[in-house]
Amino acid sequence: MAHFEKANSLSEWLDQRLAINKLNKVLMTEYWIPKNINFLWAMGVILATTFTILLVSGIFLLMYYKPDSKLAFDSVNYTIMQEVWFGWLWRHMHGVAASVVFLVIYIHMFTGIYYGSYKKGREMIWISGMLLFVTFSAEAFSGYMLPWGQMSYWAAQVITNLFGGIPFIGDDLVVWIRGNFYVSDPTLTRFFMLHVLLLPLIIMALIGFHFYTLRIPHVNNQEGEEIDFDAEAEKYKAGKKAESKVIPFWPVFLSKDLFVLGIFLIFYFYLVFYHYEFAMDPINFDPANPMKTPPHIYPEWYFLWSYEVLRGFFFDIGPFAAMNIGLTAFGIANVIFFFLPWLDRSPVVAPAYRRKAFNIWFWILVIDMIVLTIWGKLPPTGANAWVGFFASITFLIELLIALPIITKSEAKRAGGAV
Amino acid sequence: MADQKRRDFLGMLFGGFAAAGGAAALYAMKRTWDPLPSVMAAGFTTVDLSPMKPGEFRTAVWRGKPIFILKKDHTDLKKSDKTDVKVGEGDYLVRIGLCTHLGCIPAWQPNKKIFKCACHGGEYDPTGKNIFGPPPRPLDIPPFKIEGTKLVLGEEGPEYKKLVGKA
Repeated sequence: MAHFEKANSLSEWLDQRLAINKLNKVLMTEYWIPKNINFLWAMGVILATTFTILLVSGIFLLMYYKPDSKLAFDSVNYTIMQEVWFGWLWRHMHGVAASVVFLVIYIHMFTGIYYGSYKKGREMIWISGMLLFVTFSAEAFSGYMLPWGQMSYWAAQVITNLFGGIPFIGDDLVVWIRGNFYVSDPTLTRFFMLHVLLLPLIIMALIGFHFYTLRIPHVNNQEGEEIDFDAEAEKYKAGKKAESKVIPFWPVFLSKDLFVLGIFLIFYFYLVFYHYEFAMDPINFDPANPMKTPPHIYPEWYFLWSYEVLRGFFFDIGPFAAMNIGLTAFGIANVIFFFLPWLDRSPVVAPAYRRKAFNIWFWILVIDMIVLTIWGKLPPTGANAWVGFFASITFLIELLIALPIITKSEAKRAGGAV
Repeated sequence: MADQKRRDFLGMLFGGFAAAGGAAALYAMKRTWDPLPSVMAAGFTTVDLSPMKPGEFRTAVWRGKPIFILKKDHTDLKKSDKTDVKVGEGDYLVRIGLCTHLGCIPAWQPNKKIFKCACHGGEYDPTGKNIFGPPPRPLDIPPFKIEGTKLVLGEEGPEYKKLVGKA
């Protein structure tokens, strides 16, 4: 048995047993953040907050939602929306947050790409972030199925069918995933389980891991400057706060972060109260009907770019069937960002505006992904099909060919200097 | 030395037990995700084709999937021995009504005489052949058996085997 003295206060009592003072230092007051950052560095805290909003609103929806293909639609559209006090609020908060969280994720990702925050020791930050992106995507997809409207149903039908493209086991795999020959009650109940339990558990574990990956390399800064965090922290602790290049996470960094968060929340609640309809597709207010495909189906806006890559290849090329090219391109699009730290062959960590060719590459990628997103929602006919085709090709060339070439020549020019 | 060997043996024994337990658990989890026996057993649909008129199109349901049935006539909808099902006097196109691309339901457009899939723009002709867009193959043929003027979906009759052999 360890030795304990009588404590003089509650905090001392807790400190003896849980080392809360040490914990507070490690996680908050002596966790160092560079000073030279801007509002884009606040996205992490915004995402953590949005996830919390999703969790809390989800808990309240879970109290009335019924995961049964006969009851689901009414439990959402009648019980929650019309009977439950403030049920509409939880639903709109949940739906809008699910959409907005992807907007912030994309900003967060592209900030990382712009400032080169995924390399030279920061690879694990990037990879754990990409794992979060993938699990958030699965979470969004499984959640979209739950209201059991026409869009829910046909999104489930199309996405589960994608697994049919896997050689040999594809057809059996689709039936296995669905638990039936077609999307039906067993499909709904298993995706309900994934949405409310397994995937949130994985996401929470990954969020913890993502924070931990920042520990050793530390967060990047606006200039990509290499900082001796121990030396700068000593300066700060010695009272030379103006001279030091770092600030503590709490209270200095978070106080500014909370300001950005405040602005975000005003925007978010504006959407919740006045523009929730953008996250509520009208087609999904028709109950699921396995015998009738809506005339035009499309995913939520945050999946449109990869959806457009999937359908961008609408004609056979040589011996390759259009569908298989599309599926392959879609598969590549979904995993390619994981490999970004190795597709970028340059050791230079700097904002894109100081890396000429990379800067052009970056903005072409941003524009291309916006084009893919816009055309992903248009019917794939005539000229639209060709825009989709060229935008998909551009996406693949950008990441698989242009990036390694550009960064390799940059590495040569940088020589031994970096 | 003898002690170390004993420890290695215990380690392997422990690992072996854990691996067997893990494999058993994975098998149980996989089986739990499998479609239930009631789902697998359900699924024979009988359709009487005698009331259909030439040129008429209708949709039957088999295992939750739409089944397209199109009765050929003598004008635009030519008969095709290779792709049609002969029931009594009539020639019919019988296909699973799910786009072979990603499983949306194509719509029959009687004026253009095509099946058009709204999801990704795929098109099929009245023989079920894919003629435009991403579908990788013609519409699939459901297993069927002919009983008089009736079509029994879910059973593999000789006509089905002949048709699949030709297609």
